[in-house]
Amino acid sequence: MSEPALRVEKLSTHFFTRQGVVKAVEDVSFSVAPGKILGLVGESGSGKSMTGFSIMGLIDAPGRVVAGRILLGGRDLLALAPEAMRQIRGNRIAMIFQDPMMTLNPVLRIDTQMVEAIHAHAAVSRAAARARAREALARVGIPAPDERLSAYPHQFSGGMRQRVAIAIALLNQPELIIADEPTTALDVTIQGQILFELQQLARASGTALIWISHDLSLMAGLADAISVMYAGRIVEHGSVDAVLDAPLHPYTQGLIASVPSRNRRGEPLHQIPGMTPSLLEPAPGCAFRERCSRADGACAADPPMSSPAAGRQVRCFHPLPA
Amino acid sequence: MSALRAPLLELRGASKRFVKALDAAARIARLLGAQAVEEIVHAVDRVDLAVHSGEVVGLVGESGCGKSTLGRLALGLLEPTAGTRLWRGEEIAPMAASQQRALRLKMQMVFQDPYASLNPRMRVADIVGEAPVVHGLIDAREREAYAAQLLARVGLDATLLGRYPHQFSGGQRARIGIARALAVKPEFLVCDEPVAALDVSIQAQVLNLFIRLREEFALSYLFISHDLGVVQHLSDRVLIMYLGRVVEAAPVAEIYARANHPYTQALLAEVPRLESRRKRYAAIKGEIPSPLAPPPGCHFHPRCPQAFARCRIDQPRLREVAPLQFSACHLNDRVS
Ligand SMILES: Nc1ncnc2c1ncn2[C@@H]1O[C@H](COP(=O)(O)OP(=O)(O)OP(=O)(O)O)[C@@H](O)[C@H]1O
Ligand SMILES: Nc1ncnc2c1ncn2[C@@H]1O[C@H](COP(=O)(O)OP(=O)(O)OP(=O)(O)O)[C@@H](O)[C@H]1O
Ligand code: SF4
Ligand code: SF4
Ligand SMILES: [Mg+2]
Ligand SMILES: [Mg+2]
Repeated sequence: MSEPALRVEKLSTHFFTRQGVVKAVEDVSFSVAPGKILGLVGESGSGKSMTGFSIMGLIDAPGRVVAGRILLGGRDLLALAPEAMRQIRGNRIAMIFQDPMMTLNPVLRIDTQMVEAIHAHAAVSRAAARARAREALARVGIPAPDERLSAYPHQFSGGMRQRVAIAIALLNQPELIIADEPTTALDVTIQGQILFELQQLARASGTALIWISHDLSLMAGLADAISVMYAGRIVEHGSVDAVLDAPLHPYTQGLIASVPSRNRRGEPLHQIPGMTPSLLEPAPGCAFRERCSRADGACAADPPMSSPAAGRQVRCFHPLPA
Repeated sequence: MSALRAPLLELRGASKRFVKALDAAARIARLLGAQAVEEIVHAVDRVDLAVHSGEVVGLVGESGCGKSTLGRLALGLLEPTAGTRLWRGEEIAPMAASQQRALRLKMQMVFQDPYASLNPRMRVADIVGEAPVVHGLIDAREREAYAAQLLARVGLDATLLGRYPHQFSGGQRARIGIARALAVKPEFLVCDEPVAALDVSIQAQVLNLFIRLREEFALSYLFISHDLGVVQHLSDRVLIMYLGRVVEAAPVAEIYARANHPYTQALLAEVPRLESRRKRYAAIKGEIPSPLAPPPGCHFHPRCPQAFARCRIDQPRLREVAPLQFSACHLNDRVS
């Protein structure tokens, strides 16, 4: 097995608000190997983005990483000074956001932004930087990249803008890309194009990819491994086939069972009862227990992560049989 | 015979054109003598739509292809540029004003964003109970009891009546939006992406509510969604739209088993499925063209892998290619 590109160990990120402490990310561990795609799934507010932001060093007050290690090629990013972290961000690790305008500056031409992104990390001539920018645009399938270089973001469609943001993420050939639901706002045909390009990239250049999404079906086609988040914690991890074909955690099982294609047409869908719990000052015990059909007295304590089978992990006192 | 019964709601040859106002930059450019004209969007271009009593018609298509506009035309919320609207076979435009008002209650809309569509300063009891009082369906004194009854039907507790929208979760707000629509005893609902904003585990709960209410209240739906899995589960019939036109219409089983139109086929090929692992995505060429300048002939021709000369000139019309399956593609004229 190759050395992981990224290893996250026992990461906790909390927000200290006036109402109390929000434990957005709690005791999260995972790793991604070069050229592999890890899917991070979970519903709204489960802590997916904040996990990505923590890795990027982008957590702002009132939030703070309170525990853990984030190892990129063996070096702990959390121990770096802010200037050293700035050098790594956009260079060795990059993030693609759901809204491409988080990356793009609306008042600057595309070439200006791309050349700046290259110059921030490499001392190359302007002409060389421009050539590299042009090549990056072509690689993500933007037609007529020479003309497009001198356009402004508003002159692009949503799908094109997202591809420009991806091109910028690729500019410095990072070891790790974190993609935070970059295709949810796009149509399936355009989504397919972007997935094609990122898939090619991971294969060809050995870039590790963390793909954040709430869409299990999308993950099925894209990821090598899946980590399922619920209320700030990873509750299940395994290969894509293991997790989707034989889920161990009752929440994962419920999610898969509620996908329409798993149900008879027109019949009521399998549904998980209840609502997502608040992360503000959560009560001790398994966060899923109010909604779980397997819950019993034991679940009033925090379930630890266990490994019932090789390569598989689950945080549950009564997991399904592996 | 049910096939002879007039549809509950029908649109014939419905079109809607919007004039896209010039933005500030274009206005200044025009002052300086540049050629900048107001542009026209054919949001909906000669569409026929029929929803029969008890039927669920799914409406699918890319963003901006005109789904919401068609839904609004069906409800009479937008004035069509051309075309007629019929209720149970009778044209609506010539009806008396009082009859049109009564009809308006028979057709309601359920919106995508339950938060934006609920008045933040109104209590749930009033959000749900106001319209039926205003329209004389119930007495003002019955408002709370009536609202409580509707909340129960959508799975919410009556103790929540005094609360305001911000005090509810997304899934609960979706239920309130549905209760509000049901309060005026409609027969036909246009559901515009009603679960798109919800969490995965909550989507199933709300979809189940739609399935149950359809039976309880004998409702018909025009169900707009970009999620082909959801549409497949709920609909009896599906319409596929592309740049303002319906390109394929068929019973749900036909569409998913034997899609005829190359666009439908491309769409289905890209739909993520739980069963397809390590899928190799294909590089489909081309962007969605601007609705301001749709390509001539078949709107899909710049992206169609099977396009031929005629497609660039001639607009294909919908025609029946198999029993009850309609498709607008010239390939159907070519087969030996
Ligand atoms: N600035 C903040 N102050 C307080 N709480 C915050 C702040 N930012 C994020 N949170 C909380 O952190 C938790 C995790 O948020 P995060 O954005 O990671 O969720 P997510 O899984 O990405 O959800 P989504 O699918 O909606 O994007 C949420 O409960 C959120 O309310
Ligand atoms: N009031 C309006 N004025 C001008 N143009 C409009 C107006 N409403 C819609 N349009 C345009 O008409 C076209 C169809 O819009 P519509 O909202 O019906 O699409 P849609 O299929 O519902 O898209 P989405 O999936 O994004 O909701 C778009 O090009 C849109 O910009
Ligand atoms: S620990 Fe208990 S409540 Fe939590 S998922 Fe497992 S069985 Fe359910
Ligand atoms: S009419 Fe021509 S371009 Fe249009 S879908 Fe058929 S083959 Fe393709
Ligand atoms: Mg997020
Ligand atoms: Mg719409």
